[in-house]
Amino acid sequence: MEWLAYIEWTPFWLSFKLAALTVTILFVVALPFAWWLSQSHSRFKPILEAITALPIVLPPSVLGFYMLLLLSHNSLLGHFLEESFNIKLAFSFTGLVIASCFYSFPFMVQPLQSGFESLNQHMIEASYLIGKSSHMTLWKVALPNIKPSLLTAVIISFAHTVGEFGVVLMVGGNIPHQTRVASVAIYDLVEVMDYEKANIYAGVLLLFSFTILVLVYWFNYRHKLRVGTVL
Amino acid sequence: MLKIEIEKVLHGSNGSMTLSVNTTVNKGDFVVIMGESGAGKSTLLRCLAGLEKAYGNIVVEGEVWQDGSKTLSIQKRNVGFVFQDYALFDNMSVKENLLFVNTNKSLAEELLEIMEIRGLSERNVQFLSGGQKQRVALARALMRRPKLLLMDEPLSALDPRMRHKLSQKIKELHKRFDMTTLMVSHDVTEAKNLASKVWFVESGGVKEYDKVYLEEIY
Repeated sequence: MEWLAYIEWTPFWLSFKLAALTVTILFVVALPFAWWLSQSHSRFKPILEAITALPIVLPPSVLGFYMLLLLSHNSLLGHFLEESFNIKLAFSFTGLVIASCFYSFPFMVQPLQSGFESLNQHMIEASYLIGKSSHMTLWKVALPNIKPSLLTAVIISFAHTVGEFGVVLMVGGNIPHQTRVASVAIYDLVEVMDYEKANIYAGVLLLFSFTILVLVYWFNYRHKLRVGTVL
Repeated sequence: MLKIEIEKVLHGSNGSMTLSVNTTVNKGDFVVIMGESGAGKSTLLRCLAGLEKAYGNIVVEGEVWQDGSKTLSIQKRNVGFVFQDYALFDNMSVKENLLFVNTNKSLAEELLEIMEIRGLSERNVQFLSGGQKQRVALARALMRRPKLLLMDEPLSALDPRMRHKLSQKIKELHKRFDMTTLMVSHDVTEAKNLASKVWFVESGGVKEYDKVYLEEIY
């Protein structure tokens, strides 16, 4: 267990803190949006869905580049925040959180939306027919009936944020104890040819990702089994 | 009295057609709506409940639910609606399904008693048979003491014995709760047993007959 003392855990702590904050913010923002998308017949829905899915298909460096432009001192937003509140977004942890929210947005929205869409629409209508508002229907009827999708959305968004590299490097750089998250730390270690340490870091992330996926699939398997026995 | 003057464009496998309904229903009537699949029977119920938009006027016991200038939301219409596929809240028990409507415990108890499902009140609805589920759905629909009960083929997914039993329950509840009821059905025996009026939806319109006509032609 000597290697435990050998490891600098701050990058992991930063990664998990970043992921926890991102998932919390995303849950609040993405939940009503996913609910709206699932119930909407708006002609603008495909456009909004395409924008939501963009981070999945865009190279992280492209997204990171635009995020950097948006958050930098020269942008309207960056300039305003820096002048008014002395908040610097580029190459800061706060900037990383904002960039991660954009990057992981589809991983929260899509499982929730597909969960809501898979619900029996008559069940939703039944809630309206007994006088419940859309808000109440979401909390008391829709959300409790999409637990596997909810778990998938939260866990995958968390794991995806922990594993992101390109966007965080572009927006946050590689500042120790501030923006050097685990994935960036591995890149840094490989650059200085410290393969032994990089191996341990990569192993920890591999184990983490695998465990998370096993938990998600196990929960969903158990859920299907339970519903299956009823049918 | 229920006054319906609506028009709704239907998009079916044979193209588009306009369903035009102009009729009235007396308070306490039990109307069984029959007709071919795709004729617009379910759509008519959904328009009355506010689940689909239609042009025209709907007035229920003097209260305007819809006219040219306003449309009452689904939540405010106070209809009881029973779906063919039950549409129960799967995350709740039988009792919770009823008490989610409102907290009138004595009414919930009364309905569970009438529907003979009191012994199942704590059970999750996912673990019920089709007949039990539909009894819960019917009880839930009555928790707001609706003026109007709308049922879209509520018995068609059930076996003949349960169909007969539930149709008796529906008849009993219709009288006991003093409702106006509209029910879509394909079953002539059911219609003969329950209806005071029969509507045939065909060729984009509604033809109205009384029960005697149904007994003559079948």
